[in-house]
Amino acid sequence: MPKYILKRILRSFLTMAIVITVVFSLLRLMPIEGYFENYDKLSQTQIDLGLQKLGLTDPLPKQLWNFGKQLLSGDLGTSIRYRKGVSINTIVAEKAPISLQLGLTSLAIALALGLPLGILMSRSTRTKWKIGDKLGTVFIVIIQAVPAAAYHILIQFAGSQGVINLHWLGVDWSLKLPMLFKVGDYRTYILPILSLAIGNIAYYAMWLRRYMVDEANKDYIKLARAKGVPGGQISRRHVFRNAMVPLIQYIPNSILFTLMGSLYVESLYSIPGMGGLLVAVIKRQDNNMVLALVVIYSVISILGLLFGDLLMALLDPRITLSSKEESR
Amino acid sequence: MSTPTSNNVILSFQDLDIRFTLRGQTLNAIRGISLDVYRGESLAIVGESGSGKSVFTKSAMGLLDANGVIAGGHIWYEGKDLTTFTREKEWLTIRGKEIAMVMQDPMTSLNPLKTVGEQILEAVLLHQDLRGEAAKRAAIQALAAVGIDDPERRYKQYPHEFSGGMRQRVVIAIAVACRPKILICDEPTTALDVTIQAQILDLIKALQKKLDLTTIYITHDLGVVANVADRIAVMYAGDIVEVGRCEEVFYDPKHPYTWALLSSLPQLGVKGQDLYSIQGTPPNLFYEVKGDAFAPRNPQALNIDFVERPPFFEVSPTHKARTWLLDPRSPKVEPPEHIRHLRQKGGYPHG
Repeated sequence: MPKYILKRILRSFLTMAIVITVVFSLLRLMPIEGYFENYDKLSQTQIDLGLQKLGLTDPLPKQLWNFGKQLLSGDLGTSIRYRKGVSINTIVAEKAPISLQLGLTSLAIALALGLPLGILMSRSTRTKWKIGDKLGTVFIVIIQAVPAAAYHILIQFAGSQGVINLHWLGVDWSLKLPMLFKVGDYRTYILPILSLAIGNIAYYAMWLRRYMVDEANKDYIKLARAKGVPGGQISRRHVFRNAMVPLIQYIPNSILFTLMGSLYVESLYSIPGMGGLLVAVIKRQDNNMVLALVVIYSVISILGLLFGDLLMALLDPRITLSSKEESR
Repeated sequence: MSTPTSNNVILSFQDLDIRFTLRGQTLNAIRGISLDVYRGESLAIVGESGSGKSVFTKSAMGLLDANGVIAGGHIWYEGKDLTTFTREKEWLTIRGKEIAMVMQDPMTSLNPLKTVGEQILEAVLLHQDLRGEAAKRAAIQALAAVGIDDPERRYKQYPHEFSGGMRQRVVIAIAVACRPKILICDEPTTALDVTIQAQILDLIKALQKKLDLTTIYITHDLGVVANVADRIAVMYAGDIVEVGRCEEVFYDPKHPYTWALLSSLPQLGVKGQDLYSIQGTPPNLFYEVKGDAFAPRNPQALNIDFVERPPFFEVSPTHKARTWLLDPRSPKVEPPEHIRHLRQKGGYPHG
């Protein structure tokens, strides 16, 4: 087991090195105009000087080496156009916690609602009319089929314009949550979190239902019934547990990716998070920031996959690759 | 007659009728079966695929698929009519506790993510009054009882660390840990290597003696039957056509279907000649079966076989068959040559 983990980690580092090399080399193919704000007005000497200051006149392998050294010391570099001269670490440190806070809360809600919904749906497939399963499927199909933008706007509108109210009961109350996000004002967090969660609720419910229905039809469940295990216990100890294994593989990835925020929700509520950052810096051709963000993205993806695989190996005894070791 | 189960009859089926609804059509899977299972005996139910063997026995554990219903008849067990059970709670007094089951494919009938120990322990906790360390010891004992070496270590292992034969032993250990009175073995050796088959059958036989079990084997392998069964019930198209003690059915079969089934034994074939096979296909149980269900495939069928369903004729107190050939008015039809030969040889067709 430790050998397997070590091998996976080493391979992850290798993947990361390759990704960084490729992106770094591609960015160096970009036209140099992007590095200057007033390129047209500059003389050749000024341009050369500028490039030299940015370290771009060195041969490519040396530049790559320098960048690697800089990365290993924990420095993502300096922004050249987006916020000129500001350390990228500072920019990310400002934005990432906001996205992370919203993302993690919404993910927790999605799991807390999506998994029970999936369980209810799968149990309902064995009842006569399958009402729970049918209602759940309607919800999932709507969420999956309607473009996310539509229900994001609907949530924002319904939550902030007083559409939901108790006036018809003669009570002077209506739901008027703030339309825009404000750091520290938790009332403004509710709608974006809901927007972020709703897609994941449908996602987790759909997959858990599907895996549970698969498991429930397997032979070992029949044997468990034949040996007299009550239905509820079969559902919890056998069906749910086994159905979670394939699902749990993607949870580390989901957790890590909350760091990167959501482009649409963040712009809808004008949240100063990570969501639109990559698009913004690509537009401004802030190559240093593009590079830094791509590094972050790839580290997150690779770590997510790594943790997912390790979690699977922990939960599924069949994945233990070394045969001599005792699995748990 | 309130309860036909007595001291020597443990399980009694009476005119059992089971129907399945499939795509709006009704399939009559079991057509009025009556059968007594005697305490401590070993009964084999033989028949081809789709004859309803599994469905028949599953009905005694309330394990029919959701679209299946018992449309008529009774299943008596220890004074209780199991056909009146509607709630899971009632069935839980039977499943495992009274009747346990060994299923066909040991490769898929264990939960791959739980140690075999946990899976046996689950049965122990449900059916034996043991908790904690004592329950764990009982589970380890169950592993030892089915002939698994080093049970303490094996207890902590997962199903994928066991071979097919060993897994079937674990499945049997689970069944035994339930402390049942009846053990249903649904094709217990079909998925196993030939060399392992005999070991598993010997194990079940030994456990039956040791634990005073009644065993019901479901199989299409007559070799298995000859090895283990005291009595044989031959099933065809959702009905039992012949039932008798092992030697009666093997040496003195009366129903043409039993003849055909025995003739299909590869052991009876003559080298160089084609193996015998029964012509035609079993009747479609979506339609009502008229007369003797086997008649369309029986070249020697009588006219009445197509018109009226034969009743059971008693050959001996323990042997009866559902065929008009046993009616005194019927013409004399001899069983095929090699079947009579089998009787003269006086040996079981070992598998």
